[in-house]
Amino acid sequence: MKRLGFRSLRNEKTDKLGDSLNEKLAAEAAMTDAEKFSFEEFDPSEAERGGYSGYSYWRATLRVFWQNKVAVFFLVVMAALLLFTFIQPYLPGQKDPLLIHNDQWGLPLNNMPPSEEFWFGTNSIGQDLWARIWAGTRTSLFIGFAVAAIEAVVGILVGVLWGYVRKLDFFLTELYNVLDNIPQTLLLILISYVMNPGVDTIIFALSLTGWLGMARFIRNQIIIIRDRDYNLASRCLGVSTGRIMVKNLLPYLVSVITMRMALAIPSAIGNEVFVTYIGIGLPLDTPSLGNLIQTGRSLMTVASLRYQLYFPVVVLALITISFYIIGNAFADAADPKNHVK
Amino acid sequence: MAKYIIKRVLRSLLTMFIIITILFALLRLMPIEGYFENFDKMSSTQIQVKLNSLGLNDPLPKQLMRFYQQLLQGDLGVSNVYRRGVAITEIIGEKIPISIKLGLISLCISLAVGLPLGILMARSTRTRFKIGDRLGTVFIVIVQAVPSAVYHILIQFAGSQTYIGKEILGFPMLFDAANPKSYILPVISLSIGSIAYYAMWLRRYMVDESNKDYIRLARAKGVPGGAISRRHVFRNAFVPMVQYIRNSILFTLMGSLYVESLYSVPGMGGLLVTAIKRQDNTLVQALVLIYAVISILGLLFGDILMGIVDPRISFAKKEGAR
Repeated sequence: MKRLGFRSLRNEKTDKLGDSLNEKLAAEAAMTDAEKFSFEEFDPSEAERGGYSGYSYWRATLRVFWQNKVAVFFLVVMAALLLFTFIQPYLPGQKDPLLIHNDQWGLPLNNMPPSEEFWFGTNSIGQDLWARIWAGTRTSLFIGFAVAAIEAVVGILVGVLWGYVRKLDFFLTELYNVLDNIPQTLLLILISYVMNPGVDTIIFALSLTGWLGMARFIRNQIIIIRDRDYNLASRCLGVSTGRIMVKNLLPYLVSVITMRMALAIPSAIGNEVFVTYIGIGLPLDTPSLGNLIQTGRSLMTVASLRYQLYFPVVVLALITISFYIIGNAFADAADPKNHVK
Repeated sequence: MAKYIIKRVLRSLLTMFIIITILFALLRLMPIEGYFENFDKMSSTQIQVKLNSLGLNDPLPKQLMRFYQQLLQGDLGVSNVYRRGVAITEIIGEKIPISIKLGLISLCISLAVGLPLGILMARSTRTRFKIGDRLGTVFIVIVQAVPSAVYHILIQFAGSQTYIGKEILGFPMLFDAANPKSYILPVISLSIGSIAYYAMWLRRYMVDESNKDYIRLARAKGVPGGAISRRHVFRNAFVPMVQYIRNSILFTLMGSLYVESLYSVPGMGGLLVTAIKRQDNTLVQALVLIYAVISILGLLFGDILMGIVDPRISFAKKEGAR
């Protein structure tokens, strides 16, 4: 028997199994010929018994992921960040991101450096930067998650059909080859230019071609595993196509899907920053990391106002780097090849 | 091979046709202000006269046919807002050389820096602390994960500061065609994405290659590490790298949109951003078209190059997990 190298998984059950086998062998050696050649009673429970390894896919995945200390660190950072972003408005003493703060003479408190009152200072019209950054993070994360979700749904649907339904293969392959040549950035610019600036426009523009990569990846994986014996067996047993897809094929693709979703989030956030820079992104009354960075950039030449660039940049970098590293580490961990060392 | 090239060219033409049609359809959905310099001051009859003279009141299929015809003759129309009444081909003709120059310089730089970096990283995986590999990985992760919009700002900012009161760094923040020093920061910005990309893949291929048996044999025979790396590992690992040139061309093209306007380079990318901000419909239309055509040609060139360099590479595009 091939030795599986993880001790933590070799639990009592396997040890028991080994012991009972040894006992049986010892008993057989002691048997006389007459005993050996007599008929054996049929025992249904014995017939059911197979090899047992104690292997669990998700347990092994988590174990490998846990060994990657850098990824775990970023997971903690990101979990704290996400949690804070969503509970921040309900904490006591938080300010409205759109409220313009005035001093006792009615003049706006603009460009105040960070202080006890305004933790991250105020911007050029006197809004609280701390509140704006967290509101902007919410907007950007919403864009990221929405794009990733749409990419996953459309990509999986098209990818599974493309890989599994042979009649569609030619048509979808040609369609892919044509659409893949359209640069996503240009499409994003064009759609943001034509449509009204807003969160939904950006999500729409990014989702329009974002699913292509996912669909192609899934299609390739499905073609590889579609005709393996276990799928053939399912087909022969008359399992419906839908059930084969959901139960036999998709679990195989979990790692690819999660990784692509994790990477789609930072790239969507980055694209939002880019269109906002061009001037066709979100309006200023919808704070987002994109327009905060853009405002900060325009003030970069004044040394005392650079805090307005630093704070949103640091938050953005933390979010995107965390997603990137966690996504990659999880994909490595979810690959069964890395489970046995 | 010839069959493949023909098929590939036809497919590119089809893509181009689709992009042109989408472009036409989208821009007809735009508010008509983008065709006038001072829309607010004009009476409605004046507007109608102008629209008629531009042919924008004709039925759509007729407009579409005329659009194709003009494109085939190389006529991109006339700018309405940016420089009123000047033919767009003329405006672009002034801008295109500087974009091409910067683009080519940064493509060369990214190869010249990215490949050695990849080799360095791959060789350092065999040393005790893997310092080179670790530092390189940090660099790659940062460049890949942080949005380009952000690291371009940081490069511009950090590169234009002076340090320790001396002449360290402190390159000009804005581009000036006459000053060679002002090329440095835009070129770094344009090439840094591709550098990380080349280094990442070359390292991956070299590490894979150096785990093969014949390399182990060479090492056992006592061939020096440098010679193995140069003569065997690098040569074999370099071949699949060709497929990344096409993506690198696309990176540089799309990066130029942002980088050129950030450093105010008087090139096409900066022009597109200006045209969008000033809502010059015809200019936006023409520039998006040119960018689409260049990127499609770039992808075509990359695919054909790939087919020529290594017959073993199948024509299906490869894409790794990273």
